Amino acid sequence: MDLTRLVELNAAYARAIDNEQYEEWPGFFLESCLYKVTTAENVAKGLEAGLIYADSRAMLQDRISALRQANIYERQRYRHIVGLPTVLGTSDGGAAEVETPFLIVRIMRDGKMEVFATGCYRDKVKANGDGSLRFAERIVVCDGSRFDTLVAIPF
Amino acid sequence: MDVPHDSRAIGLWPEDSVARVPYWVYQDGDNYKRELRRLFEGATWTFVCLEAEIPNRGDYRTNQVGALPVIVVRGADGAINCFENRCAHRGALIAFDDAGNVENNFKCIYHAWSYDLCGNLRGIAFEHGINGVGGMPRDFKRETFAPRKLRTTTLYGLVFATLSPDTPPIEEVIGVEVLGRIRRVLNRPIRIMGRFTQALPNNWKLYVENVKDTYHASLLHLFFGTFRITRLTQGGGVLVSPDGGSHSSYTIDKAGDAQSTAYRDQGIRTEKQDYKLADPRLLDTVDEFKDGIQLQILSVFPSFILQQIHNCLAVRQVVPRGVDAMDLKWTYFGFADDPPEMTARRLRQQNLVGPAGFVSMEDGCVGGFVQRGIAAAGDQVSAIEMGGRTTESQATRATEASVRGFWKAYRRHMGY
Repeated sequence: MDLTRLVELNAAYARAIDNEQYEEWPGFFLESCLYKVTTAENVAKGLEAGLIYADSRAMLQDRISALRQANIYERQRYRHIVGLPTVLGTSDGGAAEVETPFLIVRIMRDGKMEVFATGCYRDKVKANGDGSLRFAERIVVCDGSRFDTLVAIPF
Repeated sequence: MDVPHDSRAIGLWPEDSVARVPYWVYQDGDNYKRELRRLFEGATWTFVCLEAEIPNRGDYRTNQVGALPVIVVRGADGAINCFENRCAHRGALIAFDDAGNVENNFKCIYHAWSYDLCGNLRGIAFEHGINGVGGMPRDFKRETFAPRKLRTTTLYGLVFATLSPDTPPIEEVIGVEVLGRIRRVLNRPIRIMGRFTQALPNNWKLYVENVKDTYHASLLHLFFGTFRITRLTQGGGVLVSPDGGSHSSYTIDKAGDAQSTAYRDQGIRTEKQDYKLADPRLLDTVDEFKDGIQLQILSVFPSFILQQIHNCLAVRQVVPRGVDAMDLKWTYFGFADDPPEMTARRLRQQNLVGPAGFVSMEDGCVGGFVQRGIAAAGDQVSAIEMGGRTTESQATRATEASVRGFWKAYRRHMGY
């Protein structure tokens, strides 16, 4: 797997979220996919629950429609700082297994900027029909387990 | 309404009514210290863990009873013991991890004093000194130096602890109605699915009130209103324990509710006719308790919550962190005998709750909105009069009876 293409994929992913173009976010995934936000502690203990859990791209679309139309929360946005990916190997289905560290700063309505979450993305990346890279799986493993107030925007 | 400024010092309650709550109870530092002493360290039961979390001898978890750090551990005889997580020597934490297993004893890392699984002081490093020099005085009595012990009780796999010798049996405190609703959910061995903590920017009581507030659920939460998870026009009600402090609310779907125009007629935001899920499996539900109850929210005074929203099950613990901060500790669970498709269903429905929950994220911010809204209103009061001014069980959820129940129990414990 070409490292440059993985870096581009992660950069485009982070840019879409940080620019609040949330409708683009599900498009980074294959239609059949798994997206989960969890914690290092749950992973270490083999506990499978997610803070966010989506086993279809349609569920990711529902996250965004809820964010836009349904849920009540104070205005906020993110700034992702995404590190360099490490390719760990290839899975049975031919997907590249990749791990990438991230840091997210949350910018609140009142102007406060603070580190909101850090962790690593554990991904399975595959090329779709037209050859562009997409996530078959993105498990967001947060380093900590304590989340301030609420998580509205995906990581 | 104005109340006398010095009322907070003596806990004077305005109008002697459970339908009135002065805002200083969410702000006052002295009141907060009294709560730790009179409520959490007083004659109440605090949830400390699930039995399933400490199945074997020596398995332990650490937790807090208010501000009091505790260890809860499975003893050699299978009983569950709980004692203060404070070394009798210099006061250091005896265990500083969230959970683990010690075979026979805990050893304080500071000076290696050790404790058995009941919390008794068993060993003192170099008790007799070195070559007869140094060591502890001969008249030092270890049995008089030990962390404080708490009594524990288990209830269908839930473990509660109390520091006070005066706390009545938990079954008596919560009453048969609420007890039956715990048994309804926890009817067989469970399996932990995950843990998350939500740090909330508000006084702990604002969250507990929110849990007991059946009136707000379908008005604040669009998911509840639009997808008819719980609406005031559906069947259901609220059960309140005799002392007011504990409750269980429940929703049963009613034929014809989908056609009800009551929410639209009132212009309520949370019924959005054109809002649809792209993947409706989120709400694919099995009536697993075979009684038609699709939502049940239950609380045990002062800080425990058991939740069933469709097939999404969780316990929540409220941990106070000062006057205007608290942690909400979520533990998601299923049953040990869940088939894979039920596990998958629970994983999807867990999107409704927790820090990122389609429903629960809103409860995470609304307490902060109150905390900020009342910043300059310590001498004012809130009005809690939906469904009257009393605290008995009601066959409707358009009521604040269980919120008033909380204040009834609160005032009794606080001596207000």
